[in-house]
Amino acid sequence: MTGHDAVFLLVALFTGGAALLTVTSKNLFHAALFLAATLAGIAGVFLVLRADFLALVQLVVYVGAVAVLFLFGLMVTRAPIGREALDGQNRGLALAVSGTLFVVLSGLIIQSFGGVRAAEVTGPGIREIGIAIFAHWVLPFELLSMLLLAALIGAILLARRESGESGEESVERRIDFGDEPSTEAGAQALPAADTAGELPAGEPVAGGER
Amino acid sequence: MSLTGPLLLATFLFCVGVYGVIARRNAVLVLMSIELMLISVNINLVAFQNLLFPTEVAVSGHLFALFIVGVAAAEAGVGLAIIFNMFRNRASVNVDDVDLMRW
Repeated sequence: MTGHDAVFLLVALFTGGAALLTVTSKNLFHAALFLAATLAGIAGVFLVLRADFLALVQLVVYVGAVAVLFLFGLMVTRAPIGREALDGQNRGLALAVSGTLFVVLSGLIIQSFGGVRAAEVTGPGIREIGIAIFAHWVLPFELLSMLLLAALIGAILLARRESGESGEESVERRIDFGDEPSTEAGAQALPAADTAGELPAGEPVAGGER
Repeated sequence: MSLTGPLLLATFLFCVGVYGVIARRNAVLVLMSIELMLISVNINLVAFQNLLFPTEVAVSGHLFALFIVGVAAAEAGVGLAIIFNMFRNRASVNVDDVDLMRW
């Protein structure tokens, strides 16, 4: 084991641990912070693999933008905290599926690439990446810019309120199909209770007969 | 440097993401797990590029990783917008509550 491998092992342990904590944490904010740690760890993996530009992109886009976006998402949707509220009943199923997948995939990887070693790790520099983008990958690059523009407009259209409304959301237009939202239990029951109270008494809730 | 290390790390992160998608009920956490799965693939691409084909002219591995980063960012934005809408309509971000289109 070379020094390179040892550094990689350290970074990989950090990243894997943070990823595990991301999906098992009981606190939503801790989960988001562990996700940011995982993403930073992946940037470290890129650095170890000598992909400097990608490491920087990873830091700027993921740790800088996406993690903050998720934190905002968690703050806007005031969700309950606690493992029972965050995890479903199918934790065993999830463990079985992902464990089987991991065993199968890692077996395949070790069988196929078990002995492959690179004497030295070298990667293309920023110059080569720039030339490759504008010599070989121009069309995908432009398509990606169109995709980002479409996603930007789509996200704004989806997330903004209906025109003419500001502040209060109209109770009449809130659709209440199905059961009571079961996450809003205990002390968090205020929004659900509000909705139920504002509905006219005796009028069946749409879809309630399901 | 051995190639199996990065590949195994990517596999582990992907499987952790799969676990999160199945086990979590909060839609934002599900989205975070999907993000984890997307980003773990990048490690594979970079490892193959830098350890096996370091002198390829069209730096395919890195460019694919860059495109995945862009697509994942767009996906996170649109996904969070959908979750906000869901929260506004249902006052809940529990994926078990959203079963309108269930067969």
